[in-house]
Amino acid sequence: MYVKVSFKLNGEDVTVDVEPNEILLDTLRLKLGIKSVKRGCERAECGACTVLLNGSPVYSCTLLTVQIDGMEVRTLEGIQDTPEVKALVSKFVEAGAVQCGFCTPGFIVTAYALIKKGVEPTPENIKKALEGNICRCTGYKKIIEAVTKAVESIK
Amino acid sequence: MFYRIPKFNYYRASTLNEALDLVSSLNDFKVLAGGTDLVIDLKVRRYTVKNVVDISRIKELDYIADDGDRVRIGALTKLQSIADSPIIREKAPVLADAVREMASWQIRNVATIGGNLCNASPAADTAPPLYVLNATLRLVSKEGEREVPITEFFLGPRKTALRSRELLKEIVIPHEPDCGASFLKLGRRNSFTLSVVAVATLVKVDKNKFADVRIALNSVAPTPVRARKAEECLKGKEISLNNITEAAKLVLHDISPISDVRASAEYRKDMSVVLTRDSLIKSLERVGIKV
Repeated sequence: MYVKVSFKLNGEDVTVDVEPNEILLDTLRLKLGIKSVKRGCERAECGACTVLLNGSPVYSCTLLTVQIDGMEVRTLEGIQDTPEVKALVSKFVEAGAVQCGFCTPGFIVTAYALIKKGVEPTPENIKKALEGNICRCTGYKKIIEAVTKAVESIK
Repeated sequence: MFYRIPKFNYYRASTLNEALDLVSSLNDFKVLAGGTDLVIDLKVRRYTVKNVVDISRIKELDYIADDGDRVRIGALTKLQSIADSPIIREKAPVLADAVREMASWQIRNVATIGGNLCNASPAADTAPPLYVLNATLRLVSKEGEREVPITEFFLGPRKTALRSRELLKEIVIPHEPDCGASFLKLGRRNSFTLSVVAVATLVKVDKNKFADVRIALNSVAPTPVRARKAEECLKGKEISLNNITEAAKLVLHDISPISDVRASAEYRKDMSVVLTRDSLIKSLERVGIKV
């Protein structure tokens, strides 16, 4: 049983034929060449696969592709040229908030959503927003510092 | 790929009527609301099903309505919408407190309150606040609607009072203005964690006495539970730390925790007492009483 699913990916209309048991992570990585979306835990625990669905961060590993028919998906590829992501990237580098880098796209996408939603960037709010993203290398201090500075720099 | 989801037939409902038609005609199916539990359960083969009925797009079940004397929440309302809702913050803040601590932002953006209830995990964090708020669940089938008090909804782990052709339509919360309620959750860490035990309490006071007390816990029995003995012990009693501490010990009569990967039964018992005491103190603070 194949189902035709159409959605907006980084501003462009795409249509894919998928089996109902296909997860969005696989559609993005294997069919649409989106490689910023990482296969981490595959069970909604690590945040490496975070994408924006209609503007809100979600895990692509536990969404069936059929669920997102008609919706809008944005990945890091689609937001990398925004002032918010440029600021985040440069502050991540400055703060040393990246080590192996595998979790970084997920963190950037979630932090971008935090900025876009206008959440006040207190350390508490930043921690709360990023609670669903796990980093196993650097710890979180530098990441929180980087997000704080990125928000300040684009004010 | 670590996980491969077994194949299933996919049915999508756009309206409640379509969903009821589907669940009336299909056998061997699971309902997908947000899918944050179901998709993982399919991955790890907790369930293998022939059919999945996707109800996530039924817009008519996604709402938070303020009727004055009660608040109604559509079953497909996202957890994040509940945490952010000014109506819930004003009329049922204890529910907003609990939901805010559930899962992660990414999950709360997809997961629904109806899914959390119908999945019927003993650790469902929406349950204790809804228990102390005396919420009612409105269930619907092709035959009609019926109401079930939330305390009668959970029958066991993953078992509910829902009949096989029935869906949860909405959660109704009576608005009680003169009460204080609070939610305390203990997990293995502070964020993005399942409850080792969570407690919600609600108090009404009359002068220096407890006029009404409600206490509910999760993760310490096959279903979320009310701690009736502790509640009865406090009703009519003077508000004092001693009375609260003594009553909190009585929660042990209503819980039957097991040891699992998150905690031992003994630890859960101890923490149930501590959290009940602390939550009662916090609920009293919310009506301006310090003990």
